Amino acid sequence: MKKYILDFRVVENRHLHELYSLLILTPTEGIIPEMRPGQFVQVAVDNSKTTFLRRPISVNLVDRANNQLWLLVRKAGDGTRALCEKKHGETIDLILPLGNCFSMPAEGASVLLVGGGVGVAPMLYWGYELKRLGFRPEFLLGARSAADVLELDEFTGIGKVYVSTEDGSLGEPGLITSNSALSRHSDFIYCCGPAPMMKAVAAKARKVGAECEVSLENMMACGLGACLCCVENTVKGNVCVCTEGPVFNINELTWQI
Amino acid sequence: MANLEVKIGDLSFKNPVLTASGTFGYGEEFSDFIDLERLGGFVVKGTTLSHREGNPYPRMVETPSGMLNAVGLQNKGVDYFIENIYPKIKDIDSHVIVNVSGATISDYVAVCEKLNALDRINAIEVNISCPNVKQGGMAFGTTCEGAAEVTKAVRKAFSKTVIVKLSPNVTDIVSIAKSVEAEGADSVSLINTLLGMAVDVERRRPYLSTVTGGLSGPAVRPIAVRMVWQVAHAVEIPVIGLGGIMNGRDAIEFMLAGATAIEVGTANFIDPAVTVKIIEYMEGYCKRHGIADINEIIGVI
Repeated sequence: MKKYILDFRVVENRHLHELYSLLILTPTEGIIPEMRPGQFVQVAVDNSKTTFLRRPISVNLVDRANNQLWLLVRKAGDGTRALCEKKHGETIDLILPLGNCFSMPAEGASVLLVGGGVGVAPMLYWGYELKRLGFRPEFLLGARSAADVLELDEFTGIGKVYVSTEDGSLGEPGLITSNSALSRHSDFIYCCGPAPMMKAVAAKARKVGAECEVSLENMMACGLGACLCCVENTVKGNVCVCTEGPVFNINELTWQI
Repeated sequence: MANLEVKIGDLSFKNPVLTASGTFGYGEEFSDFIDLERLGGFVVKGTTLSHREGNPYPRMVETPSGMLNAVGLQNKGVDYFIENIYPKIKDIDSHVIVNVSGATISDYVAVCEKLNALDRINAIEVNISCPNVKQGGMAFGTTCEGAAEVTKAVRKAFSKTVIVKLSPNVTDIVSIAKSVEAEGADSVSLINTLLGMAVDVERRRPYLSTVTGGLSGPAVRPIAVRMVWQVAHAVEIPVIGLGGIMNGRDAIEFMLAGATAIEVGTANFIDPAVTVKIIEYMEGYCKRHGIADINEIIGVI
């Protein structure tokens, strides 16, 4: 897929929570290029005092009807904090589309999309796409407390949603990895979140005999496969997460699960 | 329009803008963003005799106005390059320069001999300055004897333009530059990354798997400019300047300090089209200053 450097304008910055912003963007001209669920963009951060590299952010949604791109950003450091402070009308420079995408499940397969924290981001676009293609995706969302469960209404609009919160304020209490939805069989589990969570979900997937893909978020510099900084060890050796991933089948990884 | 053509050894470059090894892949990663034929040349990823997996993740951390990396020369080896990559890039009308690295002198020689047979590889950049490998690399580049020994061996094995890339992690870069010049290097490029370190204070451990790594980006630029200036005054061969060049202004700064050509590194990560913008800036700069030939500004300081 051809990659572009494009300017987008902030249509809305929805502060979902003190730690999270949903940036709704539209290209300053033209339409959003083809982007697949699971792919990411490299966002230039030009108003940060201490950072200068771009920030890789996964695609939360491509809303074709409105020519809008949704990015869900968690304030993790100075770069993402500056992004979360972007205001309506400001422009942002993006490189897109980057990385691979989620694999299509077999026809009629039962699919479970699992997102922990800001890891829910790619699951919204993938959920919409699976539904459009005739699947009935179910979601498992995890967070610290009810207030941290992101985009719950959006997910509920697509399919059945299971929730885990660590403080028990919504859904099942405890970690997402102990949610009963993971003990039932699904044909295909897709997962994005913190590494320990993904490893635990991958182990569950093995146990229930589900195929499983995870979306990794290794530290990146270029996002283009040039710097070789974001590598993950796989059965083929070290590969760039930005070009060979971010989505990997757990059988490609060398995780001890 | 001003003349931007410069010469390094026997080679003419259509303009002074090259890319730094390890920041530009094999060129094709950037072909969606720029016309590679606009570049004076591009230096491809450090190539070794055998396949190298590089260092474990994490290999990179951002630091103020810079980044530390510890990639460790991950590459698939020279034979893979010759069979799979060279055919895809050999017809690009720009100089493809291969960065060569090794753990032993015989490694360097073996890689150079293989590359010497390729028609479209007219220059190599000999890496005696990688801070991220246990053997070879920077070990050769931190003594005059080691630097001279590699240069002498490579000079015999590669009949075309030899550029030696110098390490800034030395007491006196000028003496190293002189020793590689004496052994027949056609040019020196400087600087490679500065050895650095950063610690995650919450986890109480280094950010990089290797503890230390190479610092690049605008944080190192004043050091690089100073070293280019010192070396350019001390050697007869052309100097290629690099270290934190982010835009056209920075590139001109290096040329005024003595660089005949420049390499753009970390800036490619932030703006994959930056190299072409630098060439355009040079054209504008020459026009603005009434310069007919960019060679007029090289080393005027």
